[in-house]
Amino acid sequence: MGLSAPAEHRTVSYAPESQEGWVATRLDFLVNWARANSLWPMPFGTACCAIEFMATAASDFDLARFGMERMSYSPRQADVLICAGRVPFKLAPIIRRIWQQMPQPKWCISMGACASTGGMFDNYAVVQGIDTIIPVDVYVPGCPPRPEGLLYGIRMLQEKVKNERAADKGTRDEMEPDPTSQLYIPPSVIDELGEPFGNSVNQTRSGL
Amino acid sequence: MSRFEVIRTGASASASQPTTQKKVSHRGEAANPSADALQQKFGGSIKRVEVIWGETVVYVEPSAVHDVVRWLKDDPSQRYDFLSDVTAVEYRDPEVPIEVVWHLRSLPFRRFLRVKSQLAKGNPLEIDSVYDIYHSADWLERECYDMFGIRFRGHPDLRRILMWESYREGFPLRKDFPLRGRFSRSEQLRQALAQNPEARYSMEELSIADAFAELPQEMRDRLSKGERTGE
Repeated sequence: MGLSAPAEHRTVSYAPESQEGWVATRLDFLVNWARANSLWPMPFGTACCAIEFMATAASDFDLARFGMERMSYSPRQADVLICAGRVPFKLAPIIRRIWQQMPQPKWCISMGACASTGGMFDNYAVVQGIDTIIPVDVYVPGCPPRPEGLLYGIRMLQEKVKNERAADKGTRDEMEPDPTSQLYIPPSVIDELGEPFGNSVNQTRSGL
Repeated sequence: MSRFEVIRTGASASASQPTTQKKVSHRGEAANPSADALQQKFGGSIKRVEVIWGETVVYVEPSAVHDVVRWLKDDPSQRYDFLSDVTAVEYRDPEVPIEVVWHLRSLPFRRFLRVKSQLAKGNPLEIDSVYDIYHSADWLERECYDMFGIRFRGHPDLRRILMWESYREGFPLRKDFPLRGRFSRSEQLRQALAQNPEARYSMEELSIADAFAELPQEMRDRLSKGERTGE
């Protein structure tokens, strides 16, 4: 596009003594770079994973190196929801509402086995994976994950943020749950994900 | 007599510091003196007394529990002034009745007494509340109701405390309750997401907390009409 511009626009003069500087880059890259390195986490700590999360935020592991030192205890100023710990059914509407209160763009990290799958709590009270309630970007395995594990998950999330395109509307649209059941994914899929395995195959339920 | 005075009786009377008894045998330790006193006072209402691992268990007729607990608290020779727990036990054998358990502690006499009462299955699980004797029984009895379905007569606000108000699956700690719940996972999630997280407080709780005036107008309107979740 510069080829058809007038000659005076094709050359740039730069005077070092003026103390000015400039950078030419892609807008996507600049925005994503800024976003990825200033994620404000909304900690949703319900169990022992939250202790590891606190250790991650403390000075030994220093989450501030990745621009996350500012914990946002209000969902309205948060970018990334970090769910650390098991979520009982009683908390399901709470975490759903917190997620809906967060403004776009927003991401979610499911920290630990319980938040990701229900973990060892395959019982009547615990949600079998928060991805049945809210969309999740990064799953961090572990029981609980060490701070290095969480930092690795955060780096993965930063990679994801850096690879987003401004033209990609899919990352900006708010997912609306099904109005009747308030679920994002079909009930049959949830049932399949929550099927018993391991030592709980003998558990029965009356079905509905 | 000061309220917090420690009264030393028996072997501990001469000891300057109370010591933890070691080598406690399973059966045959000396019973808590309150057990004898209860048998003299209430006679036939005390079904039996057991001493297990040095702790005295008194089995009481369900109809007499309220009087027994009242006497244990008020009698100057007992003074059980601390109710540490109210809970229940259900055994796998369907013939064995459900036991409701009260853990009582006498701070002045340094005594611990476990009162049990057996409720036959098949009959409605109802027993007198001890809320009027110990206000600390409030949430303990609510938890017992939530988990076992035992109704405490005279409790001022008997509703679920751990599970949410609209929980429909039953009482989770009962033996006939499947570990993973009665409904499918998607149905459980659908019912859980249908709760209203903002309407969990009764009018009484809010007026006690003096928080009513600070609520949004819309919520005050709803609560002043007596709305509670799940009702």
